[in-house]
Amino acid sequence: MIRVGVVDYDAGNLTSVKTALKYLQADYLVSSEPKELDKTDKLIFPGVGEARAAMRNLKNRGLEQLLHSYFKSGRQMLGICLGSQIVLSRSEENDTPCLGLIPGTARRFPRGSGLKVPHMGWNRVREASDSFLFRDIPDGSSFYFVHSYYPEPEDDGAVAATCEYGVTFTAALERGNLHAVQFHPEKSGKWGLQLLQNFLNYTGTGE
Amino acid sequence: MLQKRVIVCLDVKDGKTTKGVRFKGNVEVGDPVQMAEEYYRQGVDELVFYDITASHEKRGIMIDVVKRVAERIFIPFAVGGGIASLEDMRAVILAGAEKVSVNSQAVRNPQIIRQGAEVFGNQCIVLGMDAARDRSMPSGYRVYINGGRTSTELDALEWARQAVELGAGEIVINSIDADGTREGYEIPLTRLLSTSVEVPVVASGGAGTSRHLIDVLTEGKADAALIASMVHIQGYTVNGIKDDLAGAGVPVRRD
Repeated sequence: MIRVGVVDYDAGNLTSVKTALKYLQADYLVSSEPKELDKTDKLIFPGVGEARAAMRNLKNRGLEQLLHSYFKSGRQMLGICLGSQIVLSRSEENDTPCLGLIPGTARRFPRGSGLKVPHMGWNRVREASDSFLFRDIPDGSSFYFVHSYYPEPEDDGAVAATCEYGVTFTAALERGNLHAVQFHPEKSGKWGLQLLQNFLNYTGTGE
Repeated sequence: MLQKRVIVCLDVKDGKTTKGVRFKGNVEVGDPVQMAEEYYRQGVDELVFYDITASHEKRGIMIDVVKRVAERIFIPFAVGGGIASLEDMRAVILAGAEKVSVNSQAVRNPQIIRQGAEVFGNQCIVLGMDAARDRSMPSGYRVYINGGRTSTELDALEWARQAVELGAGEIVINSIDADGTREGYEIPLTRLLSTSVEVPVVASGGAGTSRHLIDVLTEGKADAALIASMVHIQGYTVNGIKDDLAGAGVPVRRD
């Protein structure tokens, strides 16, 4: 059975990701130890909170290096929420240099535009590529979002799905074996569970 | 487009769901975990569990309820009632709640909002506010605590702004005048708050028909509408209400 590692770097609560994986009967391991996580076949890195603190925690635990080497190894990776921002080159949140696995910037929703920030609630997601993550999920299905910053990859080819909130922003991104979603699949009802199941099921080596 | 949320509230006492009228005379209506699962199947967007257990010793029952809910439903849910410290917040968040709601305790100790936001993030901290009409207050509404039984010197709008400043990521405004009446939400109050703060505002108290939700989500500018007795007692279903909302042009999640 495929073993999934969940990266614990003190960036938010992992309970809901754990209960979702348990519900899907996944064989998973939650750890902050690079050596333990490197033994896994797939990796999920969730995250809620502030970008600078998250990057500091990753560095202090030797996890920044692990995420780089895991990406190079070609094994499938899924970033969630803050995880979809820190894979970029940098974040506007406290002007933080990030992992740089996908060239791009995490941008803040514009202030004073009449939109409430954070963008909190259910919003429709439009597929922009034929990523396996959205297999068996109707285009335009709703997912649960809570965020003030959003990922903006430099290359449009990295956009897997989009969402509208004042601006059209990237809701899912991908580069080879690396996938990341700005929404919370673990809190997005049946389609969220389907997306996680798709990630668990996938046996290819990148699309 | 961001959709308007329909939130079902379950008042939980000693591990059972109750629904009171005007904060008094609670009647037991069912098992919160089973009810949560049913509303999840019906397409509810979010749930709120208020622990109205009187004694501190029985709080462990609520944590158990939260854990069982988290294992079965995969949408956000908040827990409120008796949250007085970071430890209380941590317990419900680790049990699987997405958000914690503070009400009377935040009036007594506003710093609980700031502390909670710093540790868990603004998105986790919901300010629940009970307010009633009062012409002597600048906004026309006064804040009450202790389940609406005790008046404070706080103005509802002023308190909402202060709470957002401290780090509250969402405000649930419960109208004492409308609560349990089934005659509709307090639209002017909801609209006033929703257009004055940058965070989402949830309307609570007074829902009796789908029309009431439509009104508060359009005219009242609420980001979400909270319901209880409509689905617990009156026989409405969440999907039925959402059909009505969609029919009136209110954007809602229906998949």
